Amino acid sequence: MILGVLVFSIIALFPTLRYYSLSPEELSKKPKEEVRRMLKRALALGLDLKGGMYLVLKVKPVEKENVKEARNRVLEIIRNRIDQWGVFEPVIQPAGDDRIIVQLPGVMDRERARELIGKTAVLNFHLVEDIDNTKKILDKIDDALMKSLKESAESPLKRLLFLYRGDIVFEEVYLDSIKNMLKREEIKKITPKDKIFLFGKSFEANGKKLRSIFLVNREPDVKGRYIQNAIHSVYQGGDPALQNTPVVNLSFDRRGAIDFARVTGENVGKRLAIVLDSIVQSAPRIIQKIPTGNAQITGIESMEEARDLAIILKAGALPAPVEIEEERSIGPLLGKDSIKRGIQSAVLGGILVMIFMVIYYMFAGTVANLALILNLIIVMALLSAFHGTLTLPGIAGLVLTIGMSVDANVLIFERIREELRAGKSLRAAVEAGFSRAIITILDANLTTIIAAFVLIWFGTGPIRGFGLVLALGIAASFFTAVFVSRTIFDYFLLVKKVKKLLI
Amino acid sequence: MEFFKTPNIDFLSKRRFFFTISGFFFLFSIILIFTKGPSYGIDFKGGTLLHIHTNNDVSPSDLRGALGEIGLAKSEIQDLSLKEHIIKYSEDIEPDSILKFLTKKLNTKIEIERTERVGPRIGHELRLKAIYAVLIGMLLMLIYIAIRFNLPFGIAAILAIFHDVIITLGVFILLSRDITVPVIAAFLTIVGYSINDSIVVSDRIRENLKKRQGRFIDIANRSINETLSRTIVTSGTTLLVLIVLLLLGGPLLFDFAFALTIGVIVGTYSSIFIVGALVTEYEERKKKRGVRKR
Repeated sequence: MILGVLVFSIIALFPTLRYYSLSPEELSKKPKEEVRRMLKRALALGLDLKGGMYLVLKVKPVEKENVKEARNRVLEIIRNRIDQWGVFEPVIQPAGDDRIIVQLPGVMDRERARELIGKTAVLNFHLVEDIDNTKKILDKIDDALMKSLKESAESPLKRLLFLYRGDIVFEEVYLDSIKNMLKREEIKKITPKDKIFLFGKSFEANGKKLRSIFLVNREPDVKGRYIQNAIHSVYQGGDPALQNTPVVNLSFDRRGAIDFARVTGENVGKRLAIVLDSIVQSAPRIIQKIPTGNAQITGIESMEEARDLAIILKAGALPAPVEIEEERSIGPLLGKDSIKRGIQSAVLGGILVMIFMVIYYMFAGTVANLALILNLIIVMALLSAFHGTLTLPGIAGLVLTIGMSVDANVLIFERIREELRAGKSLRAAVEAGFSRAIITILDANLTTIIAAFVLIWFGTGPIRGFGLVLALGIAASFFTAVFVSRTIFDYFLLVKKVKKLLI
Repeated sequence: MEFFKTPNIDFLSKRRFFFTISGFFFLFSIILIFTKGPSYGIDFKGGTLLHIHTNNDVSPSDLRGALGEIGLAKSEIQDLSLKEHIIKYSEDIEPDSILKFLTKKLNTKIEIERTERVGPRIGHELRLKAIYAVLIGMLLMLIYIAIRFNLPFGIAAILAIFHDVIITLGVFILLSRDITVPVIAAFLTIVGYSINDSIVVSDRIRENLKKRQGRFIDIANRSINETLSRTIVTSGTTLLVLIVLLLLGGPLLFDFAFALTIGVIVGTYSSIFIVGALVTEYEERKKKRGVRKR
């Protein structure tokens, strides 16, 4: 069992050790995707250690709108923008009915982040150029690119693109290079003045992250602010093939209905892109002229997707101002400094405690020290296995665990000393010491674990990390004291038949 | 090695003396809470914190003078070194504009190490939540002890926690240290730690009550002595790492480690001198009342 725990710990810790043992140069050599995969499996560092921004936003719905609905919409809008920005592993989550927590690791550009979150969403409809014309323009771009980048291989742009379910797509890793190509002056001249390339949302297919690219009208064909409502639902019309599939019902006000009727009437068969903050959310095909201002979007894959689309469509109609209630940012240098100080404290604290234990309990102290080291390994392993996050208070919790977790062993050893003093033989004293101390250890340590759970409940990120480490540390110390120390004692008493041990 | 071979210190007959000492510190802390009052960090009262790193040396008086020019004369400045400063203010001014001004005024490149901005409303909510958290923590402890032991022990242990937390808070107020979220986390840990010690002593009293005959006070005293070595060793190793954390942990962990250090010292004291003494006091009075009735 002990061996099992040890093996489990080492396996759980392996990705973490591998990732953090690599130097920055080695990391930069590896492909981005592999680094991301490694990082995902390694023990994550909290924002306070790796640097970044933490924001708490309060949503203030206008008029008499449901707060939760407004919050969900803002959540989608912000997620959309942050995806576009390309922050690595952002966290955007609701908190309570009207709050949103945003965590942006590695981001220190506070002004940019505030602008990203604070500005009003823009939702519009743009007609999409048909795929043949788009391909023709892409060919022209490639010709021009080859002329200006003489050494480059054939069709520098088009070789990154391929067709997927009728859309032109590419792997997300090439997003920056494609953007750079399209930004070049000579390329801007080739793209028709009234058109613009826009990218779709990131999605996953065959294990790869893909983005689509659309050539759309530069000016919106229908403005999103004319949207009155958008509701997701299931299809109940006449087409048997669409029965019970998810749909979004969209309604425009009178002004919007006029525009929508004209655009749909003139462009049956073309696609109309729904664009939120320059990102194409969906590009449904116009099947027929819609004169009433009540449209239905079909062909949506899941109810979830329909819900998201309805939320986004409402962004055109209803702004929901947010207020930044809490904003914290930590620079990467301070984070690194914190890690360094944390490790120094843990090492020095550990050494001092171990020296003390050996002086005070001699042989038994050595056993306790082994248990302590194993204890720390187990805590880190459990934290990795649970995908926990190591925060600065978490490191402090680890240091505290070093001091507190010898308690279980101390309780046992003191008991053994007492039993020896009472005249018992070594074996009987060890036996009695362990069995009597266990109840006390359970009683005493459970209260600290209760306190740790209150901490996990009360705290946000960093404090939660502390509570988690504290709880794991105490639980692991019970295991190591009761099983590991016991096994070592038994080995010396029963197998080696030692008659005298220094306790 | 052993500190105490078979200690036989008479803690309990002097219990009135320790009650007086504890009572004094407790009252003093309560008075401090209601007169001076705790100084809350921006976590709890709202405001802005700017932790900056300058390229050139900046003296505290220069920094204060510069801040005074933009209406931040009342801001709190903490100088970690000539190049590292923490500025706290409650005015509604964007940190970036202050930074631009300071860069020009002090003629140095400034890098932001850390910023914190907390709105007053969320600060107030956090404060309530923190108080709830400490109270809920104590309530859970009371329930646990009342189930595992009996009510007198539970009440004695809770009084001890109250004593530990209030006195630690008193020390914080006396030294004008800010109460922040990590400090509250430390308080909650003190709650768990303090009761841990109390339980070990209580556990032994209960065990000895079953095994031995005699007056409650003698058995309790004996139990405190028997567990004394363990109490000192565990508190000692915990204090050892806390002192390391105080010295090496850096400015971000200082208040947290400081609160824990005070809490562990007070908690150890109360588990040796107060918890057993309170239960003894209760038992003695019960006995007297019983005698009188007869």
